[in-house]
Amino acid sequence: MNDALVTLEAVSKSFPGTDKPALENISSALWPGRITGLVGPDGAGKTTLIRLMAGLLAPTSGSICVSGLDPIRDAAKLREFVGYMPQKFGLYEDLSVLENLELHADLRGVLGAQRTVIFERLLGFTDLARFTTRLAGKLSGGMKQKLGLACALLGQPRLLLLDEPGVGVDPISRRELWKMVHELIGQGIAVVWSTAYLDEAELCQDVLLMNEGQLLFSGKPSDLTNRIRDRSFQIRHAGGSRRQLLARALRRPEVMDGVIQGHSVRLLLRDNATHPNLLELEAGEQAELVQVTPRFEDAFIEALGGGPGGDSVLAQRLRPVVGVQDTVVEAVELTKLFGDFAATDHVNFAVKRGEIFGLLGPNGAGKSTTFRMMCGLLAPTSGTARVLGIDLKTSASLARQQLGYMAQKFSLYGGLTVRQNLMFFSGIYGLKGERQKAMVNGMIDIFKMEPFLHTTPDTLPLGFKQRLALACAVMHEPPLLFLDEPTSGVDPVTRREFWTHINGVVEKGVTVMVTTHFMDEAEYCDRIALVFRGKIIAAGTPDQLKEQVSTPENPDPTMEDAFIALVQGQSQEDSL
Amino acid sequence: MNKRVSFRRLRALCRKETLQILRDPSSNIIAFVLPVVLLFIFGYGINLDSSAVTIGLVLEDTGPEARRFANNLYGSPYLKVTTGLTRSGMEQTMTAGEVRGFVVVPVDFSEKLKNPTDTAPLLVVADGAEPNTANFVQNYMNGVWNGWLQQRAAEQGVSPPIGISIDSRFWFNPSAESRNYLIPGSITIIMTVIGTLLTSLVVAREWERGTMEALLASPVTRAELLLSKLLPYYALGIISLFLCVGVSVFILKVPFRGSLFALWVIGSLFLTSSLGLGLLLSTVLRNQFNAAQASLNAAFLPALMLSGFIYEIRSMPVFIQAVTYLIPARYFVTAMQTLFQAGNVWPLLISSGLFLLLSSIFFIGLTALKTRRRLE
Repeated sequence: MNDALVTLEAVSKSFPGTDKPALENISSALWPGRITGLVGPDGAGKTTLIRLMAGLLAPTSGSICVSGLDPIRDAAKLREFVGYMPQKFGLYEDLSVLENLELHADLRGVLGAQRTVIFERLLGFTDLARFTTRLAGKLSGGMKQKLGLACALLGQPRLLLLDEPGVGVDPISRRELWKMVHELIGQGIAVVWSTAYLDEAELCQDVLLMNEGQLLFSGKPSDLTNRIRDRSFQIRHAGGSRRQLLARALRRPEVMDGVIQGHSVRLLLRDNATHPNLLELEAGEQAELVQVTPRFEDAFIEALGGGPGGDSVLAQRLRPVVGVQDTVVEAVELTKLFGDFAATDHVNFAVKRGEIFGLLGPNGAGKSTTFRMMCGLLAPTSGTARVLGIDLKTSASLARQQLGYMAQKFSLYGGLTVRQNLMFFSGIYGLKGERQKAMVNGMIDIFKMEPFLHTTPDTLPLGFKQRLALACAVMHEPPLLFLDEPTSGVDPVTRREFWTHINGVVEKGVTVMVTTHFMDEAEYCDRIALVFRGKIIAAGTPDQLKEQVSTPENPDPTMEDAFIALVQGQSQEDSL
Repeated sequence: MNKRVSFRRLRALCRKETLQILRDPSSNIIAFVLPVVLLFIFGYGINLDSSAVTIGLVLEDTGPEARRFANNLYGSPYLKVTTGLTRSGMEQTMTAGEVRGFVVVPVDFSEKLKNPTDTAPLLVVADGAEPNTANFVQNYMNGVWNGWLQQRAAEQGVSPPIGISIDSRFWFNPSAESRNYLIPGSITIIMTVIGTLLTSLVVAREWERGTMEALLASPVTRAELLLSKLLPYYALGIISLFLCVGVSVFILKVPFRGSLFALWVIGSLFLTSSLGLGLLLSTVLRNQFNAAQASLNAAFLPALMLSGFIYEIRSMPVFIQAVTYLIPARYFVTAMQTLFQAGNVWPLLISSGLFLLLSSIFFIGLTALKTRRRLE
């Protein structure tokens, strides 16, 4: 094997004003001709590590060596052979594709005949040749990502650092980018790809798995999943509520972690544990326990010491929902135009009581626009949006009192303390006096917020913010919950805890509508609608959608496979 | 690679910056539209001269002397006279704000004129709610009164009772038009907005959009980064400066008595100092909102209030006067007013220029110190 291109030795990084280090004692090596995935949730320290390797930050302690150079002392030399694509791609949106390329070519000394050759190659490689005069700001997410990559590739780097290149990009473009990066490693480039999507880890040759500044694992992804070989199972064909089944399964000592996957329940067993007894789990007569290939996420949870329990204290506290009609949410030919751009284009769906309904699609597909119209925050251009039988056009505020809304990025008040946020949100939803006090104290109990009561949400870890936002949305015990990208960037353990609560409240009769761009999150939903370019291109249960695209070569497609196949089918239809 | 400034990279960065300026509507508006609009507002909209003050007149004495005095009041171009019947009625008129002051010609007016006593024969009441206007009322009344006394004396063939008469004459701005000194001042405001506000926004924007990170990861040096921000915005500012002067001279007809060379030198120095401050703020703050707030407080407001542009520095409290010496805009206002109204008064221009040079060095030096090739 060649020599390592990058070596990290006991690297730590702290930022002034924070008590927890952003990186703690990281040691590893990165090799040329390989893709190293920097995998972990938000706040894991991925960006900090990439910036350290690019010489943009200096380590607090420890040493980094890139091709024999110190990134800080030899910064000028380092920049000659390191290509870096920051988050959001680092493009000048008011410059055209060609102007962006020319700027970086000039900065990196790619001139004359060499430039012509390289431009031609990169434009062909990224398929951007048709768009050279278009402003970068007018490109789609996928095209921006390719242009960012092309700019980072200009100096013919030996080390390519890509910070979250998959964010804000549809799954099809993401696949194309993976293909391009695989071509690059063929030329001997070392590629670092950071991502919060755990499923992307399996596409890398090496993985640095990180969580809260700690390196949990470094090596081949298969080495990590091999640790839990023979421990991943699915309960298929179970009768009754699979949410209740999951809760029962998680109470068993031999079960380490569990999630809902379409109609099945996926379980991760402890090492050397006996298989759970399906009869004791009341899984139904047809139920069978099938061993499945372990996923990277299972391994991550294992590395973190297992998932949270299956019981929602939150749900136990809330009163069951009574007397609500069957169809709780309904969209009829719903359309929203911004200028001549249709963000939501003749969308139809209906959500039944006690159902989890998901809108799934990449960023910019129109999920949030649709969502905001359903909550009465945005007036539709045409069509009807109805919740709990109330037309949002005529009585939006009446409807809003009846629903709980958790916005993207949680929209908490950063200037108020945790307790003040709870009091404020319960107050605007009409809770008063003893009832308000009892409910606020209940939430503090359930989410263990006692130690944080007098701090502001801004300084809380992401997971706590998410809990607080959920608490604020449910205190008035709404029969209907709207969750907009509720678990974006949150670590998988916190995400499981969140879904445990959601599963719990659904069992109490609450209806949940959720948007997400995490393909695997769709598995928690009873029914999903795939949103692409403002339209619903397919709807059904997760299993139905996956079955639609199952082929002999790919008998067990993932949600992402399904999405890509359905989008491609759609665009073929469009071109006919 | 050891070269501190590569011409190729600098040219590429400047080209990028220029394209961005040309394509960004807000930069164009700030650099070319805003100056002209501001100039017109200061040129036509704001007028610190007080023409035609409204005053009231109560004639209690109806004798010929009193009537003649009243006629003098009516004839004054600076006064707009409303006649009332009683003092109390006139008081109400003033309280209602319809007049800024009033004159009472008392019953014994003619009597007192014949036998001068210690007490004045006239009562002048001015509305003190607006001290400036109250002063005008007082001064205009003095003027009318003295004029009338002289006229009366001449008619009667005796020497006027007062030996000294005041005849004021304004130098440098003979017609005492406030436009002529407001315009050079407003050019200062415009240069501050371009120099500080615009640059602080563009650098902060690079930080926010993550493009600065991409630049820092390329072989660009610190000097190149700084120069690539200074040069294009310097050019923009100088173009805007000459545009302003052109509009002032040819459209607003404000006289310009200095040399264009002096204008260019002083303008360049002030612009460099403003650009330095703008770059410093955005380098430290890295956020458009904060940068805008800070440059508003650090550059725009001091230029408006402490430069002597609108508010006379000599009438400020001593402490505030001392503070104004630290405001670059103060020196630029002085230099611009000199260039427009008095011409090339070299000692004044050189001392202003020296201070502007010092503040440029200070701000740009500090920015260079604060500019890191890293993100910390």
